[in-house]
Amino acid sequence: MAAWRKKVGRSANAAKERLKLVLIHDRTDLTPKAVDQMKNELMEVISRYIAIDPEAVRIAVTQDGREQRLVADIPIKSSTRRKVG
Amino acid sequence: MTATIITITSGKGGVGKTTTTANVALALAEQGDKVVCIDGDIGLRNLDVVMGLENRIVYDLVDVIEGRCRLKQAMIRDKRMNELYLIPAAQTRDKSAVTPSDMVRLGDQLRDEFDWVLIDSPAGIERGFRNSIAPADMVLVVTNPEVSAVRDADRIIGLVEAEEKGPAKLVINRLNIDLVKRGDMLTAEDVVELLAIDLVGIVPEDESVVVSTNRGQPVVMEANTTAGQAFRNIGLRLKGQEVPYLDLDAKKGFFHSLSNMLRSGGD
Repeated sequence: MAAWRKKVGRSANAAKERLKLVLIHDRTDLTPKAVDQMKNELMEVISRYIAIDPEAVRIAVTQDGREQRLVADIPIKSSTRRKVG
Repeated sequence: MTATIITITSGKGGVGKTTTTANVALALAEQGDKVVCIDGDIGLRNLDVVMGLENRIVYDLVDVIEGRCRLKQAMIRDKRMNELYLIPAAQTRDKSAVTPSDMVRLGDQLRDEFDWVLIDSPAGIERGFRNSIAPADMVLVVTNPEVSAVRDADRIIGLVEAEEKGPAKLVINRLNIDLVKRGDMLTAEDVVELLAIDLVGIVPEDESVVVSTNRGQPVVMEANTTAGQAFRNIGLRLKGQEVPYLDLDAKKGFFHSLSNMLRSGGD
């Protein structure tokens, strides 16, 4: 019974997750590839001014109702910061 | 009288635009309002058969626009209701026979005489769609809880906004309760969250729609059908009433508890 449920009970979630991504790209006309490229170029420019950790950079299109927003989270590497504990 | 002009559209074909137009029109007419429906799908007319008025067509929308008849002559009165009319689409022409400004002019002519003008838009995002939304005061987007229909609905909602006819309102049609319960169909909440517009109706999948449409009697005319009630509720919400959404589980209550009893006995 449990195994059967696992097989058939999940497709709505898949539909929702896939639609979320598709709709963002439809609305902004941005492909995942273009977002990646933009991210690389942004990091290149920012690194000229401050040290950042490329691994930690997050750039994504998010939605607020029908509004799209480009959100970038770019942690700065700090040489003066010390761990307290 | 100043009519509200509502265009029913969807992007994707086959999601139930025509069924929604016919049923909401009947629901409003049942409330005593004066209603006219326009079939905007020139070349592929269907609203006439769904409403059961196909045998009474003499003139059509293109005849009106090209001046071959008076507006009144092209309006077929639905005798089952006091004040419900249909202006059928032309079948042998294509959508280039009509322009958006023709539709605006037609809408203005009808505005004084009706409470509601409902325009059934063709699928797609081209001329027929643009003609249909040109005179609209409000746009209803019909969708099904399926990936392709939701994606197309989103596109249409964006175009409606771009034409400054938004925000559109949402009708979720053919929601299959059993699939939703099993987790194999998007819920109404999922669809509303994805499309981010206000909801005006949730219509459950109901075989009475097929049966009644076969007979040319929109399902609103059948008492005690869940789809009919859902369409009636859309009419009431358009009139400004607050109507709770149907408890789509209600009918299943008995069988559900029965099957639960049997199952617990057998396990």
